[in-house]
Amino acid sequence: MIASLAKLALKLLLTLLLGGLLATTLVRFAPGFGMDEAQLDIRLSNQSIDALNHQPKENIAGFYYRYCQRLLHGDFGRSRTLERPVSELIRERLPETLKSVGLGLFLGWVLGLSLASIAVMARSASLDWLAGIFCGTLLCLPAAVLAIVFVIAQAPERLVLAAAVFPQIYHYARNLLMRSLNQPHVLTAWAKGMGSLRLLCWHVLRPAAPQLLAVAGVSASLAFTTAIPVEALCDLPGVGQLAWKAAMGRDLYLLVTLTVLVTAVTLIANSTCELLGNMLGARRA
Amino acid sequence: MKWARILAIVFLVTVASASLLANFVAPASYAYQFREEPDASLSRHHLLGTDDLGRDRFSRLLYGTRVSLLLAPAASLLASLLGLLIGGLAGFAGGWIERLVMSATDLFLSLPWLFLLLTVRAVLPLNVSPLISVTITFALLGCLGWAGAARMICADARSIRESEFVLLARASGNGGLRLLWRHVLPNLRAIALAQFWISIPVFIITEANLGILGLGITEPLPSWGGLLRNLQSYTAITGEPVQFVPLILFVAVVGSFHLVLHDKELTV
Repeated sequence: MIASLAKLALKLLLTLLLGGLLATTLVRFAPGFGMDEAQLDIRLSNQSIDALNHQPKENIAGFYYRYCQRLLHGDFGRSRTLERPVSELIRERLPETLKSVGLGLFLGWVLGLSLASIAVMARSASLDWLAGIFCGTLLCLPAAVLAIVFVIAQAPERLVLAAAVFPQIYHYARNLLMRSLNQPHVLTAWAKGMGSLRLLCWHVLRPAAPQLLAVAGVSASLAFTTAIPVEALCDLPGVGQLAWKAAMGRDLYLLVTLTVLVTAVTLIANSTCELLGNMLGARRA
Repeated sequence: MKWARILAIVFLVTVASASLLANFVAPASYAYQFREEPDASLSRHHLLGTDDLGRDRFSRLLYGTRVSLLLAPAASLLASLLGLLIGGLAGFAGGWIERLVMSATDLFLSLPWLFLLLTVRAVLPLNVSPLISVTITFALLGCLGWAGAARMICADARSIRESEFVLLARASGNGGLRLLWRHVLPNLRAIALAQFWISIPVFIITEANLGILGLGITEPLPSWGGLLRNLQSYTAITGEPVQFVPLILFVAVVGSFHLVLHDKELTV
């Protein structure tokens, strides 16, 4: 248990360091990096602009070291477009995104798992087909279109995330539950007259729980990704909207910090789900 | 479900043919403005009316479909080839190379792809010509979409490496490169092809998301993302239902791909 926890923590740390290095490299080599706005001042002579241009530039290792040092002190830099500290912007907007993502995941899971359970337990081809068509259509819609449709229909914007997560959950859960249901011992229990609810809870959902937990980690990443178009188009002041604004304004400092932050959150979610799944699997074994 | 798959293939072929023949089928160029007829409703000359700049909606839909249907497979081909190269070599080599490559793949897969895509897209200029924006968008999709394919291909390459026929080939004196070229790569063709087909609808949807956010292909060149972006200006009072035609076509095409893929996933 402690060994697997340590392994996960090491993996998380390495991934974040590597991700941070990639992000820093992107920022360092982005066009316009190190340019001083003072160079646009028409009062400056050519010599002054040349002097500004020829200021010694830091190498990537030094830049990365200082970047990480600042990150550890909670200084994420300053947003170029919004002219505010990045940490302040994140503090302001992260709760909004967490609220949307949390609600979206909760509703998506409740709806997806419920529909999958009903479709599997009912053993009705028409119900399965209808649910498949409905979820299949939702899967064909980009999250941005879902957001626009919700805005046009004046539906609650926070539900867009649930509508994007739900078909994915249904798709995975249905296949997993169907596999569990077709196990010989489950079919025997059914033939012997075991109640549907007991059969579902004890013989269908329980064996599928480790795999479902793995899907839970992936769905967190999906929800954060979906938050960008949803918040941008529904005007929800979250991290997703901030990322979109940063991309439009080419504010790489902000964008890179957000990417690293969301990567950390999704990695923690994935690792937690993986750990729980392993624990469940080990207990079952 | 066989009839549904046949129907989906027929539909995809029809849409692809119509879009490829857009130069002949479309009544006007995608950028041509009928300045006297902005926001025109449906007519014999303008099957889907015109947009607020007087451009024929039907022509733009055909050209936009062509852009998405030609370039999504191109991006998918790039991603699958990268996946085949990286995953195939890693699986064939095994040992620490495989572990290293798979760790890199895990890292790539754990990054939230849209954030990553936005970051990389933001590094590149936003005010580029339509042709360059098309190339950038789909090249980015191809370059960032290899990880999933590499993972699957690596697993297959590993099982081939450990198979008896490869052992026999080794025993017969086949060297590393020859073994890879003659025995491993041909056997990875099926999984690479499946990854290619699976990635197409994913890339179509991703381009649409980017286009709607204004980070995809730039005007006046139409793409599905750009066409769907127009839905933002739809209002219940002044909006026309015809504005939803690109969305219906989009869902039908992506849905058809999913139907055809269902078959592919089963056969591979």
